[in-house]
Amino acid sequence: MVLIADDADAAVNGIEDGSTVLIGGFGRAGLPWDLIDALGRLGARDLTIVNNNAGNGATGLAALLHAGLVRKVICSYPRQVDSYVFEDLYRAGEIELEVVPQGTLAERLRAAGAGIGGFYTPTGVGTTLAEGKESRSIDGREFILEYPLHGDVALIGAHVGDSAGNLVYRKTARNFGPIMAAAAALTIAQVVNIVAPGDLDPEAVVTPGIYVDRLVVAGPAPAVEEL
Amino acid sequence: MTTTTTETVENLNRGPIDRVEMARLAAHDILPGSFVNLGIGLPTLVADHLTPGSGIVLHTENGLLGMGPVARGDQIDPDLINAGKIPVTELPGAAYLHQADSFAVIRGGHLDVCILGAFQVSERGDLANWHTGAVDAIPAVGGAMDLAAGAKSVHVMMTLFHDDNTPKLVPTCTYPLTGRGCVSRVYTDHGTFQVGPNGVTALETFGSTVEELSERVGINIVRLSNSV
Repeated sequence: MVLIADDADAAVNGIEDGSTVLIGGFGRAGLPWDLIDALGRLGARDLTIVNNNAGNGATGLAALLHAGLVRKVICSYPRQVDSYVFEDLYRAGEIELEVVPQGTLAERLRAAGAGIGGFYTPTGVGTTLAEGKESRSIDGREFILEYPLHGDVALIGAHVGDSAGNLVYRKTARNFGPIMAAAAALTIAQVVNIVAPGDLDPEAVVTPGIYVDRLVVAGPAPAVEEL
Repeated sequence: MTTTTTETVENLNRGPIDRVEMARLAAHDILPGSFVNLGIGLPTLVADHLTPGSGIVLHTENGLLGMGPVARGDQIDPDLINAGKIPVTELPGAAYLHQADSFAVIRGGHLDVCILGAFQVSERGDLANWHTGAVDAIPAVGGAMDLAAGAKSVHVMMTLFHDDNTPKLVPTCTYPLTGRGCVSRVYTDHGTFQVGPNGVTALETFGSTVEELSERVGINIVRLSNSV
């Protein structure tokens, strides 16, 4: 059963200290801003956050970092023009960082959702990111072993959901949503609106409701400078 | 132009080329109908020089095949951005992909060409473009290692020298590697080069002879007609 939450605070209720939280979005597209803010208000601590980036400006993910709620960030690209909150914490040794190539990050999430125990990838072979990883030659090419990345919780931003939890996305806001939804024990999606079952074309559904536990209608998108 | 030359062309009646001319050369060498990923920075300029009707399809790794030009005015849609987080447009025939599928396109060898910027390229085609290795630098890799490992051809666009005049084309990369032996062609302001197991071959030079560039870069750069 999918829970339709009254608001974002109700949607994130129960997220525990020490959780690994997968947060969708690439830049502003697909970022579940209401759920992130609600997670900050909930105040769960010692979190491991998985996102493509490590927060921008002072709001959203950066606000969780600034509030001291995050122990570790797993991402592909922490360094951006306005990622000063993360950078200050990192340089002060107050936050742990695991840098993962973007495609490996995506495939580790996919593997988690698909029940795969690990996979061999050519990405990163011969680089410092391969150090300490098992490698294997397959058909004459070198690969390294990567493991699945499971979440206790996924917070994702989709476009429209139905009350069965089926989701469709909009343009490049799709990004990490579908794979994070499948990779977490508890998946919470914010959407622009919720429709009745049957209103979404089953052929067009991207994330089937089996992966989705809670839905909430998002407020209006914050202005660009707030993210 | 470079794809059809059989001998190295030395353009000595002029100086080094600018970034727009580099982009034009890199664009010219992309075959019609190719699927192409353009890295952030200098390589994005290549898009301005692709011939309409060439059937070249641009991929952006955040999840779009069939990317159009940068969005202006009313076209700007916060849900439609490129890997540099710049608002872009979609072309007729475009398709959206989630991250695992988008990187399957890359890693699976479905992209014909990707063009990347670089800190250093070695004469054997090693690429260093993600991390300076400085102690206080925050490492950030994004999709660079996936592109280096996955595209059928990896081309680099860069100036040949750093601001302090040290060469970016080097015997061995001193910066941390993005990928090993992945680069096949390098477009620079002083010349276009092939790199790989046979070392560096100049395809075309701008403002210097091959020998002058060899001397200045400190690598044995050979002429096309003399190469294996």
